[in-house]
Amino acid sequence: MTTLTAPPPAAPAAEDTRSAREVHRDTVARLLPREERLVVLDSDTGLFNGVDFGLAADRYLNLGIAEHTLMGAASGLAREGRIPLVHTMAAFASSRALEAVKLDIALNNLPVLIAATHAGVSAGHLGPTHHALEDLATLRVLPHMTVVVPGDPAQTAELLRQALACGGPVYLRLGRGATPALPADAEPPRLGRAQILRRGGDITLAACGPYPVLAALEAAELLAADGIEANVLHLHTVKPLDTPALLEALGDQRTVITVEEHWAAGGFGSAVAEELSAVRPVQVHRIAMPDAFVQVAGSQRLLLEQGGVSAPAVADRARRALDTAQGGTR
Amino acid sequence: MSSPPLLRGTPPPAATTADDPRREADLPEVVTRIREHVVRMCASDEGGHLGGSMSLVEILAVLYFRVLRHDPCFPGLPERDVLLLSKGHGGIGLFATLCEAGYFPAGELAGYARPGSHLTAHPHPGIPGVEMPSGSLGHGLAVGVGYALAHRLDESGRRCFVVMGDGELQEGSVWEAASVAAAHRLGRLTAVVDRNGLQISGSTEMVGALEPLADRWRAFGWRVLEADGHDTEALTAALTLAPDPHRPTVLIAHTVKGKGVPRIEGQARSHYAKLSRRQELQLLKALRAEAEARR
Repeated sequence: MTTLTAPPPAAPAAEDTRSAREVHRDTVARLLPREERLVVLDSDTGLFNGVDFGLAADRYLNLGIAEHTLMGAASGLAREGRIPLVHTMAAFASSRALEAVKLDIALNNLPVLIAATHAGVSAGHLGPTHHALEDLATLRVLPHMTVVVPGDPAQTAELLRQALACGGPVYLRLGRGATPALPADAEPPRLGRAQILRRGGDITLAACGPYPVLAALEAAELLAADGIEANVLHLHTVKPLDTPALLEALGDQRTVITVEEHWAAGGFGSAVAEELSAVRPVQVHRIAMPDAFVQVAGSQRLLLEQGGVSAPAVADRARRALDTAQGGTR
Repeated sequence: MSSPPLLRGTPPPAATTADDPRREADLPEVVTRIREHVVRMCASDEGGHLGGSMSLVEILAVLYFRVLRHDPCFPGLPERDVLLLSKGHGGIGLFATLCEAGYFPAGELAGYARPGSHLTAHPHPGIPGVEMPSGSLGHGLAVGVGYALAHRLDESGRRCFVVMGDGELQEGSVWEAASVAAAHRLGRLTAVVDRNGLQISGSTEMVGALEPLADRWRAFGWRVLEADGHDTEALTAALTLAPDPHRPTVLIAHTVKGKGVPRIEGQARSHYAKLSRRQELQLLKALRAEAEARR
C-alpha cells in the first residue's frame, strides 16, 4: 500500500459548493421544460424527482434499475427525433451497458447524452463495484462518441449545454461529491478545446478531471520553486482531443506528463500518447491510477493520493523525466 | 416518479386497409418467393441462417403485407409503424421480405455476403428498411421500448413490433426490457416470438428452458396471444388485434425451424447452411411445385 500523504486543504469554491452532479441535475431541470425534444431517462439513480420538472414531467421517465434497457430505449427515442439524456453511474454505463451503447447508440450516431455520475473513485467508500476507472477507455474507442469530463461544477452546466447541441452521442463524466472550482477562466469552456491554465517553457502537464487538474496546477507551483516552468493544460474533452493545442503548447518541448483519474491503460494519457506519437517524438508519462482495484474506503481525494495521482507525484515525475531527457545533467 | 400518462385517445393502428393493393396481394405466393430468395442466399459462397429465416417468413410477410403502415419508397416515413428484427439471425429472411415489399430490387439479394455488398448476414441500418442493427441478441425489445415511449409522447398512434427468436429469450436483457415495457404500460408495443424451439446446440428446452413461456410473459404483465406461426390468417388476426391500452402484447408464434426445407425441417442443424447448387435447384423446384399445387 502506498504511504498516505496528507491531502492539501480542501478549497471549496465560495460561489458554488454544489457537486458537478447537482449542477447537472439543476441544469437539466431548467432545460427540460424549455427544450421540447429533450427526454430525461433515469435508472433509479435518485438524482431526480419527477415533480422537479413541472409540466414537462411526462418527459422524465424513470426506467428503473435496467441499464441495458436504458440505453436501448434512448436509442428508440433518438430515432424518433428526441434527444434522450440518460442517467446512470459511470461504472454501469461504461461496462454493464456498453454493448447497448455501442450497437444501439454509437453505431447510428444518435444524439444521446449519457450523463454518468460517480466516475473515477468519486464513489469513495462505496467500493470497487461503484468505481469507474475504465470508462474513458471503453467509451472513447467507440466511433462517433464524444467524451467530456467537466473540470468543475461551473463547467458542467456549460459543457452540458454544448454537448446537447452537438448532435451525436456524448459521454459526460461526472463525479459524485463536490470538488473545488478551478481557477476562473476568461472564456467559458468550449467543447473540444483545451484550456491553457498556465504557460511555461520547460515541460507540459496535461490533465483531465477535477482533482488531476488541481494536482497539475499545484505540481506546476512545486516545479516553479525548483526553477522549472510548466505549461498546464486542461483537456476536458477527451474525444475529440485538442491535439493542435497540445502541439502549440509543447513548442519544442519533448515531454508531456498526463494526469487523470482512470487506470493508465486506455484512458486520457493513452489518448494523448496515441495522438502525439503520430506527429511528434514526445515522451508521454502517464500519471494515473495503478493497475489494481481500489478495495479500501476513502474520499475521492484520499484514494487518488493513495494511487499516486497527486501534485508531489506529478512534480516528481516531471523532474525525473527532465533529468532523463537531459542525460541527468540538469 | 409520476405515473406514466395513459394513451390519450389515439386511434387504433391503421393496418393496411381493405382497399390497399398490398392487402390483395397473393400472400401465399409472396411467402413462396421469400423462401426462394432465402434458399438462393443460402446457396451463396458464404451460406446463411437458413432455419431461423425460414421459420419467420409468414410472420414477416403478414407484418409487411397486411399489418404495418409503411412505405418502401420512403423507409423513414414519419407515420410508419416500426418493425425491429431483434433476432438478427433471421436477417436474410428480412432482406427477402423487404425486397418483396419493394425496398430494393432482387438484384441486391444476389450480391448477399459478397465483398462490398451491404447485405451482411445480420441486419444493420445501412440497409433500406432496417431500423436497427441486430445479431447481438437481446437488444430489440429495449429499443422497441424507446420507440413506444416516443410514440406515446408524440401521441402518434403508431405501433412498434419487435420480432424475437425464442433462443434469444435466454438473454437477460429481454426480460429487463419486458419488465420496463409493462411498468410503463406500453400498449402499442407488440413482441412476436418466433417459437421454433431450436437453437444452434439443440432444443431451447435442453439448452436453457423457456417453458412455461406464455406464463412467463403474463407474469411480467404482458397480454399473451398464441398462433400457428405459419398460418397467415391466424397471424393476421392476432397482429391486427387492437392494442390493449394498459399492457404490451406478445404473440407467441409456433413455428418450424427450417420450414420448407424437408430434409432439415425441425432440426437444429438447419440453423446455418451452405447449400450446394444441386440442393438449391431441388429446393427451388419443390417450393415452386408446392406453390403451383396450391393454385
